[in-house]
Amino acid sequence: MTETTSDPTTHGVLRGGSVGTPVPHESAHLHVSGEARYTDDIPEPVGTLHAAIGMSERAHARIKSIDLGPVWNTPGVVDVMTVDDLPGANDIGGPVGDDPIFADGLVQYVGQSIFAVAATSVELARRAARKAVIEYEELEPILDIDTALEKKSFVIPTEKMSRGDAPKAIDAAAHRLQGRFRFGGQDQFYLEGHIAFALPKEDGDMLVYSSSQHPGEVQFVVAHALGKTAKDVVVECRRMGGGFGGKETQPALFASIAALLASRTGRAVKIRPDRDTDMVMTGKRHGYRVDYDVGFDEQGQINGVEFEFASNCGMSADLSGPVNDRTMFHADNAYYLDNVSIISHRCKTHTVSNTAFRGFGGPQGMMAIEWVMDEIARYLKVDPLDVRTTNFYGIGERDVTPYHMKVEDNVLMDIVPELEKTSRYRKRRREIAGYNESSEWLKRGIALTPVKFGISFTATHYNQAGALLHIYSDGTLQLNHGGTEMGQGLFTKVAQVVAEELQIDISRIRCTPSDTARVPNASATAASSGSDLNGMAAQAAARTIKGRLTEFAAQHYEVPADEVVFANDAVRAGDQQVPFAELTHLAYMARVSLSSTGFYKTPKIHYDRATFSGRPFYYFAYGAAVSEVEIDVLTGEYRVLRVDILHDVGKSLNPAIDLGQIEGGFIQGMGWLTTEELWWNAKGELQTHAPSTYKIPVVSDMPEVFNVNLLRSGRNNEPTIHRSKAVGEPPLMLAISVLHALKDAVAGIGGHQLSPHLGAPATPEAVLMAIGDLNQRLESEKEPAGVA
Amino acid sequence: MPATKQSGSETRSDAIRFVLDGEVQTLRGVDPNTTVLNYLRETLRRTGTKEGCAEGDCGACTVVLGELDGDRVRFRAINSCIQFVPTLDGKELYTVESLRAPDGALHPVQRAMVECHGSQCGFCTPGFVMSLFALYKSEPVPTRSRINDVLAGNLCRCTGYRPIIDAAEKMYHSDSESEGGWTHRPYEASSEASSGESESVERLRGIQRHGTLAITGPDLQGGQRVYYAPKSLSDLAELVNQHPEARILAGGTDIGLWVTKHHMDLDAIIYLGDVEELQVLEANETHIEVGAAVTVTAAHHLIAEYYPDMGEMYRRFASPPIRNAATIGGNVANGSPIGDSMPGLIALGSSLILRKGADTRELPLDEFYLAYQQTALEPGEFVERVRIPVEPTDRIFKMYKISKRFDQDISAVCGAFGFRLNDGKMKDVRICYGGMAAIPKRAAECEKTLEDSSWSEVTVARGMEALDRDYEPIDDMRASAGYRSLVTRNLLRKLFLETSGRAGRTRVLRQDPETG
Ligand SMILES: Cc1cc2nc3c(=O)[nH]c(=O)nc-3n(C[C@H](O)[C@H](O)[C@H](O)COP(=O)(O)OP(=O)(O)OC[C@H]3O[C@@H](n4cnc5c(N)ncnc54)[C@H](O)[C@@H]3O)c2cc1C
Ligand code: FES
Ligand code: FES
Repeated sequence: MTETTSDPTTHGVLRGGSVGTPVPHESAHLHVSGEARYTDDIPEPVGTLHAAIGMSERAHARIKSIDLGPVWNTPGVVDVMTVDDLPGANDIGGPVGDDPIFADGLVQYVGQSIFAVAATSVELARRAARKAVIEYEELEPILDIDTALEKKSFVIPTEKMSRGDAPKAIDAAAHRLQGRFRFGGQDQFYLEGHIAFALPKEDGDMLVYSSSQHPGEVQFVVAHALGKTAKDVVVECRRMGGGFGGKETQPALFASIAALLASRTGRAVKIRPDRDTDMVMTGKRHGYRVDYDVGFDEQGQINGVEFEFASNCGMSADLSGPVNDRTMFHADNAYYLDNVSIISHRCKTHTVSNTAFRGFGGPQGMMAIEWVMDEIARYLKVDPLDVRTTNFYGIGERDVTPYHMKVEDNVLMDIVPELEKTSRYRKRRREIAGYNESSEWLKRGIALTPVKFGISFTATHYNQAGALLHIYSDGTLQLNHGGTEMGQGLFTKVAQVVAEELQIDISRIRCTPSDTARVPNASATAASSGSDLNGMAAQAAARTIKGRLTEFAAQHYEVPADEVVFANDAVRAGDQQVPFAELTHLAYMARVSLSSTGFYKTPKIHYDRATFSGRPFYYFAYGAAVSEVEIDVLTGEYRVLRVDILHDVGKSLNPAIDLGQIEGGFIQGMGWLTTEELWWNAKGELQTHAPSTYKIPVVSDMPEVFNVNLLRSGRNNEPTIHRSKAVGEPPLMLAISVLHALKDAVAGIGGHQLSPHLGAPATPEAVLMAIGDLNQRLESEKEPAGVA
Repeated sequence: MPATKQSGSETRSDAIRFVLDGEVQTLRGVDPNTTVLNYLRETLRRTGTKEGCAEGDCGACTVVLGELDGDRVRFRAINSCIQFVPTLDGKELYTVESLRAPDGALHPVQRAMVECHGSQCGFCTPGFVMSLFALYKSEPVPTRSRINDVLAGNLCRCTGYRPIIDAAEKMYHSDSESEGGWTHRPYEASSEASSGESESVERLRGIQRHGTLAITGPDLQGGQRVYYAPKSLSDLAELVNQHPEARILAGGTDIGLWVTKHHMDLDAIIYLGDVEELQVLEANETHIEVGAAVTVTAAHHLIAEYYPDMGEMYRRFASPPIRNAATIGGNVANGSPIGDSMPGLIALGSSLILRKGADTRELPLDEFYLAYQQTALEPGEFVERVRIPVEPTDRIFKMYKISKRFDQDISAVCGAFGFRLNDGKMKDVRICYGGMAAIPKRAAECEKTLEDSSWSEVTVARGMEALDRDYEPIDDMRASAGYRSLVTRNLLRKLFLETSGRAGRTRVLRQDPETG
C-alpha cells in the first residue's frame, strides 16, 4: 500500500508540529524573505579583511621560487602568508596527513593552495592572489585512473572483500560475461560556496563561522594550525546553503586560512572563494572504472561475480578510504551474491582530492551490480527486471551480505511489485517496444532499479550524538545538537521530536546554531544519520527535563507521577491543568533544573575492518524507481518522460521534508548520470568549473510525470527515533534507473537485444557515441558467422 | 531630431537615480564597474540577494526591475551579479526584501513557497522568489511549460523543483488578508494603472531624464572611470566617435563577466540601452528590423512569428533574466563562435546597419566576422540595427541548437539551414553552423554540393561528406570534435527528414505552440 504524499501542503502552515506532520522547514519564512543569514550575511566588524588563495597552476611540480612582491604591492593588501609562516600544523585533517593547508615545495593539483593574501576588499584580495610569480619544475602528472593503475599510484592500499569462491563459481556457471565500464565524478554544487569568517577574541582565542557539516573537525584543524588546542577555538554554523558532503572535510582549509590571517593581523578575516575557485579547489564525487566477471544460470541468477573497482581519489586520501569501503559494501545493492570477490583500488592522481558526496561511494558500488544485471538480461534476452528480482535478497534465506551481515529488514518484496503495478511497468515496456518499432529516429527506454542502502557511519565511533536543551521559565526552549542544517530539514525534524516529547507547540522552540561550545565532539552531519542520531539525543535531553517536570508537578499538585500528563501544550496533574509556560515558571521558582544534555549512540553495530565482516549498518533504507526516457538517434539528445518512485522512509518524521529529500536526491542523482560532466584538459586543468560549463539539472529537466510516494507500511524494524529511517542519501541512487532507461532506449535501435556501452555521465554526446557503437555491432552481427 | 553637436551635454545629469522601496536613491561617485549585487550586499548590506556564481548562470542573485511602459509599470527579472549599478538609472529596483507587506505579511509568492515546501537550504530561494514575483506581476496563471521557461535561469540543488513549480501555480490563489498593496496583487491585463501602481508610475516619471547620464567614479587604484548613457542616437554616435577606446555596453551579459570573472577594468563605458532610436523593433514586407538596444526577450516573439525555429532557439537562449538584458545586437557584435543568433541570422541572409558618426553602411552579417573575435567594426563605429530578411513563403528555414542541457546552456553545435525547392531542386542554399570554427561560418562546400541538387538521400550523403571538408572543429568541455562533426552531419539528415515529408516525430522536445 502506498500513500500519495505529493500534496502535503493542503495543511497549510501548521501549528502544532508533532512528529509525522508536514511542518514547514523551520527557516522557510526566512528563506523566502531573504532574512535567513548565511555566513556571508553576518555583519562584519569595522576593519574586516578579505582573503584569497594563491593557487597552483600546475598539476604536478616542484616549486622553485615564489615571488610575492607583486602581491604585496597590490593596493589594499595587508598580509600575505605561505607555509613558512605557519605557527602550527600544515594539515587540514585527513587521516593520512597528506592534505596540507599550503603546498610545501610540491604541488599536486591545479588549484592547490600555495599562499593566502588578506586585503581590504574581496576584489583586491582576489586580484592580488593572481599576481604572484611562481617558478615551477614540472613533474610528470598522473591524470587518470588507467595511468594511476599502471604506475601503481595509490593514496592508500588496495582492499579486498570476498566470500565463497567466486572464480570457481564463475567457471562452473552456465554463462559468463566480462566487461569494463566507467562513470565520472560529480561536483556537489551547493548553491552557497565555501566560506569562513574568523574573528579573533582575547587571549588568542578564535571564533570561526564556517559553512561546515562538521564544525567539530574545523575546530580541531583550526586549533592545530594555530598551534593551539580545542578549548581555544569556537566554530559556529547556523546553516549552510547546501552541503551534500562537499562541506564535510573541505571547509577546514578555508577556516584555517581565515583563522591564521585573523590571528596574524588581529582583524576579522573572511574568505569566500568564488564559484570557479571553489570548484577547482575542492573535492568531488569519485569517478570509477569497474571491471567485472560474472557467471550465471539460465534464469540469470548469479553464481559468482568478481568486481575490480578503481576510483580516482585525487592527490590525497581525505575520505577516500571510507568512500571506497562503502562502494564495496554496496556492490551487492539489493542482490544476494553467494560467491563474490570485490577488489577496490584507491588511485592517486594529480587532480583535486575527491571527498564525500551524498551516497559516499555507495552509488558507485550499486552502479556496478546494476550494470551487471542489465548485461545479464540483454544476454539472456529477458526483461532486466526479471533478472533483478531473481537475484533479490530473500527473506529468511539468501539473506547474508558479502560482509556477513544478515539482511533482516528487506522490504523490496513490498516495494518492487507495488511499483511495478502502479507504474504499469510491463504494459509500458510492451508499448515502448511497439513505439520503437515504428519510430526510426526517436527511441524510448524504460528501467526499474532498486536501492538498498546501509545506514550508519562505517567508522563506528562516529555513531554518537549529543544535544543540549534549555527550557526558559517562560516556557520557551532553545534546542541545540551536534547536527548541522544544510537544507535537509534536520533542525525541523529534531524540533518536532522535542515538541512531540513535551507535547508542546513547535513555535516554542528556537533551533540554535551548531556550535562547538554547546555540544562538543560532534560527528559530521553525514551518512544520512542526522535525525537518527541527533533526534535520539534531543529526545533523551527532553525526557530528562520532562522527568524533572513530572516529578515536580507530582509533588506540587500532590498527585502520583503517573497522573502527570503532557498534552496540548499543557500539563495535566490529576484533574488540574496548567499551561506549559506556567508549569515551567513554577518549576523555576521551585529551583528545578530546566536544562539538560542528551546523548545517543547507535546500538548493535560492530565491524572488523581487517576481515570486512560484521554489522556495519544498523539497518537498511530501501526504495525503487521506474524511469522512462526518449532519445534522439541523430543527436543523442534525450528527455526523461516519466519517473515513478516508491521509497521507504520508515515512519516518516515529516512527510513533506522526506518527500523533498527523495525528489531532490533523485534529481541530483540524475544530474550525476546525465548532464554533469567534469572535464579536465591535458594539463590537468578542470574546465568545467562554473555553472556555465557544468550543467546541473534545471527545472525543465524534471520529468514531465513525476510520481513519488512513501511506502505506507514503512516502519523501521529497529527502535530508531519514532521508527523513522534515514532519507538523506538513499534516494540519490534511485536515479540509476535513468541511466538504465537511456541504455534501454539506445538498445531500442537493435530491438532491445544488444547491450549499449553507455557509461556516465550519459551526455547527449555519450548517447550518440553509444548509438554509433551499437550500430556498428549490429552491422557486424549481420555479417556471416565466422567472419567476426 | 535635434542632431546638434552638444545636444546631450546641455541636459547632462551626473547622478544615478533609481527607486528602491518607494524612495528615490541618488548616487554619485560610484565605481561604474560595481555590480548591482555587490552594491546591494556590500554597500547597502541588503544581504537577501545571494551570489551563487557571479556569471549569470545560477539565478541566486535575481532581482526585479520595474520600468515605465506607457501608463503602467513593466517588471522584468535580471541577474544583479552582472548588471552595473549605473544601468539602474530611471528604474525601480525590487529585491527580495522589498516584498513583505508593510504589516510584515509575506508576499503571496513567498507564502506559496513556504506552503509548498519550496525551500530546503534556502540559498536559491530569494532568486526563485524574485523570478516568480516578476512572473506574478507580468502574466496570468502560467502553464507548466511556461513555468519551466520562466525558471530556466534559477538553479536549485536541493528540491528537485517540484515544490517550486507547485508554488508557481499556487501563488495566484492566495487568500492573504494582509494589506500588501498593489505589488501583492497579481498581473492585471489593463492599460491603466491601479491605485498603488500609479504612484510608482509617478515616481518613475520623476526620474526620467532627457539628456545623457555622464558620471565618474573611482576605480580600484585611485584613478577615475567614466560612464555615459546617452538618450539619442546622435549623442551615442558622437560619444562613440569621441571615445573609441570606450567599451560599448548593451545588456552587459557578456561584458559583466569580464569584470566579475576576469577582473578586467572598464575605465570608459558607453551604455546604449537608453537610446530610444535603438529600441526599434518592427517588421515590414521585406525585413524585420531589430535595434541594437532591443533585448532578446523583446525580439523573441516577433522573430518567432516568422521563423519558429529561431523562436525555439531564443526560447532556449540563456535564461529569462539574461534574455531580459541581453540584446541581439550584443550577441552579434560580441561575435563569439558559439553565439546562437548568428547561424540563423546568416542562413537567413541578414545584414547589419553599422553607424559611425552620421554615416551608416549595411554589411551582410557573414562578412562581418573576420577571424576569432575580430569583426569588421571600425574604431568609432557600432551596430545600429540588425536587419533580417522576411523570406518568401516558399523558402524553408530550420535550425537546431545542440547542447548538453536543453535549457540555459551554450551550444556545442548550432546549425541553421535556408533553401528553396524549385521542381525538386535545391536553390539559394545557405547553411551556417556555430561551434564548428573560430567564427560563425557558412558551410560553403556543403552549400555548393546541395545547390541545384534534388533533395534526396543521395544528396544528404554527399552533403554530409562536404560538411567534413567545411569544418575542423575542436575538442573542449562542451563536446569532442568527433561529436561535433557527427552531429553536424546528422543535422543535415534531420533537415532532410523534416523537409521531405518523410518522418513522423524527429525532436524529443515537444514544440509548444505557446512558447515556440
Ligand atoms: C548565463 C548566460 C547564458 C548565456 N547563454 C547564451 C546562449 O544560450 N546563447 C548565446 O548566444 N549567448 C549566450 N550568452 C551570451 C550573451 O548573453 C549574449 O552574447 C548576449 O546576446 C550579449 O548581448 P549583450 O547585450 O548583453 O551584450 P554586452 O555584454 O553588452 O556586449 C557584448 C559585446 O558586444 C559589444 N556591443 C554590444 N552592443 C554593441 C553595438 N550595438 N555595437 C557594437 N558593439 C556592441 C560590446 O562592446 C561587447 O564587446 C549567455 C550569457 C550568460 C551570462
Ligand atoms: S550569482 Fe549566479 S546568476 Fe548571479
Ligand atoms: S533550496 Fe538549496 S539550492 Fe534550492
